[in-house]
Amino acid sequence: MALTYRCGQTNGGMALARRFGAALSKISGTQHCAFSVSAAVAAIQKMTRVRVVDNSTLGNTLYHRPPRVIHVYTKNRVGKVGDKVLLAIRGQKKKALIVGHKMPGDRMTPRFDSNNVVLIEENGNPTGTRIKVPIPWHLRRLEGDYSKLLAIAHRFV
Amino acid sequence: MAAPVRSTAICSLGAFRNQNFRFLSTSLRQLASGGASGQPPKFTPPTKPVIIDKTRAEVPLRRFLSPEFIPPRQRTKSLKFALERKDMIQRRSVLNIPEFYVGSILAVTMSDPHASDKTNRFVGLCIQRSGKGLGATFLLRNVISNQGVEICYELYNPRMQKIEVLKLEKRLDDNLLYLRDALPEYCTVDLNMKPIATSPTGDVPVNTLKVKMKPKPWSKRWERPKYNVQGIRFDLCLTAEKMQEAQKWAQPWLEYDMLKEYNTSALEDSIWQEVQKSAGK
Repeated sequence: MALTYRCGQTNGGMALARRFGAALSKISGTQHCAFSVSAAVAAIQKMTRVRVVDNSTLGNTLYHRPPRVIHVYTKNRVGKVGDKVLLAIRGQKKKALIVGHKMPGDRMTPRFDSNNVVLIEENGNPTGTRIKVPIPWHLRRLEGDYSKLLAIAHRFV
Repeated sequence: MAAPVRSTAICSLGAFRNQNFRFLSTSLRQLASGGASGQPPKFTPPTKPVIIDKTRAEVPLRRFLSPEFIPPRQRTKSLKFALERKDMIQRRSVLNIPEFYVGSILAVTMSDPHASDKTNRFVGLCIQRSGKGLGATFLLRNVISNQGVEICYELYNPRMQKIEVLKLEKRLDDNLLYLRDALPEYCTVDLNMKPIATSPTGDVPVNTLKVKMKPKPWSKRWERPKYNVQGIRFDLCLTAEKMQEAQKWAQPWLEYDMLKEYNTSALEDSIWQEVQKSAGK
């Protein structure tokens, strides 16, 4: 329930916040302070901005809109580590796998400071050739489907 | 060759003198036997004398009771806590849970069915200890390849295999969650760090480091009096007016609220006795 509420606040306030933030930065003259209204800690859902952590060119070239989740392929539409999502990235639709999120999961599993995804093709093969950040060990439970993705990871935590 | 050996033997105190003389005599015998067989005698370096100053009084070991032993103020009949304490002591007889504080650097090995050698080792800075009884947890944080990673460990989880303290120290605060919003160098710990020895007597060293923060927005408003953070350089990130503004949320009357007082010193003593008694058994 709380999640939905937060989501509504996030989506509704986004456009307003951007305009407001621009105005605010003009007034106070602060360049560093990016105005952000996204929920501090929440699992990945629609319109969550994510960080692409592989070395694919699609995920690493700059664009005026950050990559956003536009669909989560789970029953309750909330994405956790190991779930597949659909991204809107550089004006295209692209599938991705969640490899870490800000929201704390079970005890003894890592929590990351950013929402990390890795781009994958339709058949589950990774688009890039290297994953730059550590990924959690318990992703290995998906060994059968994403073995190529796990093979390009250089560090597990 | 014999002269330095004799001088060390003289230096060492009574208890060790006999041993050193015995060592001298055996080495002489070895020398003699080596000479008899016609081969040059083999040099064996003398043992280093241990000097114990008996004039100084013996300093007692630091007394430490892990904070999860102290029950929260809830119920008058503490049967649940007593039972949990029994289980905790039983677990501690198998797993060595060392003394550590928020701000210490720990290395934790836990079993992991997905890992390649079935164990998973993580090194990080302890930024929070929470929970009481069997469910007690601590939170380790590290920055690995520019990615902040935190793992919340349960102290009494059967998956825990080993807890090592690499650096024992305290910080200015009891909760270092603000390190999430600080510059990443403050919680970057080398994964191959060697343990730094600390003395088991005396006080635990306090690291009076004050951290620089990333620009706002932060995850929490750490300048508010509710958090009472000492370890942040607020002068670098906030103006004097902002700090003044944050004081509007101060609740100075709360410290005089006698109903919120929870004096645990008597409780701590009795639990300490109980733990010592069952650990000695």
